[in-house]
Amino acid sequence: MSSEYVVELRNCTKIFPGVVALDEMQLAVRPGEILGLIGENGAGKSTLIKVLTGVHKPDKGEIYVNGQKLAFKNPNESAAAGIACVYQELNMEKQLSITDNIFINKWIKGPGGLLDYKTMHKKAKEVMASLGQDVDPTQAAGSFGMGVQQMIEIAKAVLIDAKMIIMDEPTSSLGEKEVEQLMATCRQLRDNGVGIVFVSHKLEELFELCDRVTVIRDGQYVDTRDIKDWDNDSLISAMVGRTLDNLFPKEFGEKGAVALKAEHLVEGGVLDDVSFEAYRGQVLGFAGLVGAGRTETMRAIFGADPLDSGKVFIDGKEVRIKSPAQAIKAGIAFLTEDRKGQGLVLAESIRNNLIMANLKGFCDGPFLNQKRIEETGEENIRSLRIKTPSIDEVVGQLSGGNQQKVVIGKWVNTNAEIFIFDEPTRGIDVGAKIEVYNVMNRLVKEGKCVIMVSSEMPEILGMSDRVIVMRGGRVMATVDRDSKHFNQESLMKAAWGGTLDE
Amino acid sequence: MSKKKFGGLGQYIGTVGALLILCVILTIVSDTFLTYNNIMSILKQTTFTALTAAGMLLCLITAGIDLSVGANAIFCACMVGMLLNKGVDNAFLLIIVPLIAGTAIGLINGLLLTRLHLPHPFVSTLGMKNFLWGAALLVTGSQMVSGFPNSVMWLGTATIGGFPIGYIVVIVIYVIMHILLTRTALGRSIYCAGGNPEATRLSGINSANVLTFCYTISGLMAGIAGIVSLGRSGTANGATAIQPYDTDAIASCVIGGASFMGGKGTMLGTMIGALVIATLRNGFTLLAISSAVQNMVLGLVIIAAVLLDVYREAMAAFARRREAAAKARA
Repeated sequence: MSSEYVVELRNCTKIFPGVVALDEMQLAVRPGEILGLIGENGAGKSTLIKVLTGVHKPDKGEIYVNGQKLAFKNPNESAAAGIACVYQELNMEKQLSITDNIFINKWIKGPGGLLDYKTMHKKAKEVMASLGQDVDPTQAAGSFGMGVQQMIEIAKAVLIDAKMIIMDEPTSSLGEKEVEQLMATCRQLRDNGVGIVFVSHKLEELFELCDRVTVIRDGQYVDTRDIKDWDNDSLISAMVGRTLDNLFPKEFGEKGAVALKAEHLVEGGVLDDVSFEAYRGQVLGFAGLVGAGRTETMRAIFGADPLDSGKVFIDGKEVRIKSPAQAIKAGIAFLTEDRKGQGLVLAESIRNNLIMANLKGFCDGPFLNQKRIEETGEENIRSLRIKTPSIDEVVGQLSGGNQQKVVIGKWVNTNAEIFIFDEPTRGIDVGAKIEVYNVMNRLVKEGKCVIMVSSEMPEILGMSDRVIVMRGGRVMATVDRDSKHFNQESLMKAAWGGTLDE
Repeated sequence: MSKKKFGGLGQYIGTVGALLILCVILTIVSDTFLTYNNIMSILKQTTFTALTAAGMLLCLITAGIDLSVGANAIFCACMVGMLLNKGVDNAFLLIIVPLIAGTAIGLINGLLLTRLHLPHPFVSTLGMKNFLWGAALLVTGSQMVSGFPNSVMWLGTATIGGFPIGYIVVIVIYVIMHILLTRTALGRSIYCAGGNPEATRLSGINSANVLTFCYTISGLMAGIAGIVSLGRSGTANGATAIQPYDTDAIASCVIGGASFMGGKGTMLGTMIGALVIATLRNGFTLLAISSAVQNMVLGLVIIAAVLLDVYREAMAAFARRREAAAKARA
């Protein structure tokens, strides 16, 4: 029996504790096409992928591969059917060679059952070359950048003759060149007849690459159209289920006194004479390329990394901050860019994560006040719209956007006056982004000082009252919202090392 | 709320059940098991294990381990022996010195981990265990020391109508530590530091100090256990420092619900775990099972406890799924 689709998922339902992750979900991929898959965080993309790759067994529904109905008991069966996935977080054995990674569990053996590295190296080199990577396959995978590591994952898929390859937000950790290379590879695979599911949060990538795009929302299938029948607005409204008039609902506070002043911050090899002022009632944006020293500046101010020299003033008074504990005492909150690694204790409940940055504040004497913790937690869940069955849910079970809201809640629950948001909307969906922006609006209106580090230029322009552009650990430019330089071209120019005239 | 409370205690049903089954079997096969004296002797036996397990639990919650607790306890006992050999008979000194020694060793374990950044306490505390074994032999000249004054023996021997004072002390310690773990900011910090030390540090909690605290307490508990062992055996014997006391402590914690992944475990569970271990050992003695077989069985019990740790997670996930499916159907 033949079919129009290489892989088709029908009427699939998957239930987790407290959530229906997939509800009559469907997905159909043609051979030789790139199908974009988009949906807010928590829409069910990860679960959908895990059902297709045999990690989760659906409670209901069928999977057809080339028109043949199959039920996967485990990931091996899915792989045997020709479905491969390049996960967002790569499963790389970094200490082992490229060859070892590619042939893991599919070893080529010579006479006597010993591994035939000569053949494997040769094949590995060939397949990597076919993906545009001229690399030495005997080198450790971890010695290469993310772009090459991803190609190793793709090479594994190519080697098992995958009929369909799922790419889960493949560009989120890649540089511009690597993204181009990845897209070229995707097109090449498509032309060889492979069906590709391309999951991304970046609309412009979908428009550039995909043939069709499927939108899902709240675990349900919404729509699939040819790419020419979608535009930015229709995609977003299909995703969030309503029309969003304004992606950046900027509201203005009243500019107050200087809350935070940094003078001549120096950290050997990282920060080079960084000075700036951040005002109450304003959002100060920090723009720049990855590695420009923005996060490092914030970590130094927060006492997470030591400074070699330089002064920091809070409300005009010099402070010497040597640890995050002292920074919090001085009224600084710092939402780190890596919420899983640095922001949350994933195995702990929402309740316990929300109080982490202010344990003393939730104590009467030495004892925790559970009633106050519960009241504050419920209030956080309401005001931040954290989607969860209960305050005792383990944070690791939440979607990315909801996890980010828990991190925000944790810091709102301190008595901070200065809020540093480092890439606050990375990897979260449009709806959650707007809620994060609303929190910033609320903070500046309360006369607090907000500093936002972001690599998304529209976000910087949309939400900042003032922007500082950094490059190579130095401040390149300071641009006010009413300046003629408050536009993408000028900020990018500064970020790339150009100077802005007055 | 009432349902949740039940669920809170419900987690111990399996462990308590195992303990009861064990007791029933031993009652059937041995006439002396279910006698007042024998039960009291089990509680005496539990005292030592429960003390070392209490410190071990703190370390396990932080996703660490302290393999030196047993050797530390014996070393502390040998310190008392050394003092006795040197003619010291001041009761205060004989009790305070082992406590300080145990605590200091725990502190060193903590500092090795947090200040010298040794990768995992498994290796450093294993090294410490061997060091202490040698040190215990050294301070006693490899000779067994006996003839301790009553003041030192009291904690391990004294009873109220047969009920061991040492066990009462253990209960008091467990209650204090239970409150510490569940009701205080420090307790919360211990669970957080186990789950994600970097996020904990960036939340303004000094993770390094929290971890150091756990190992220091583990050392203090070992010190108290050392004094208890003096009373129980009447001797300080450096050679016993390599007895599997650490594995008994680990088994108690894991049987009681702690996990090697950290972030889990309670004082009540650990107490039940310690009772299981002590009852097993008591049963072996009553049935005159050779020490070779004892060691084999206890080794298997520990493997089973770790298996339990793994399967408990899987079973919990299964239960959650079933509950969710039931809710969705309703």
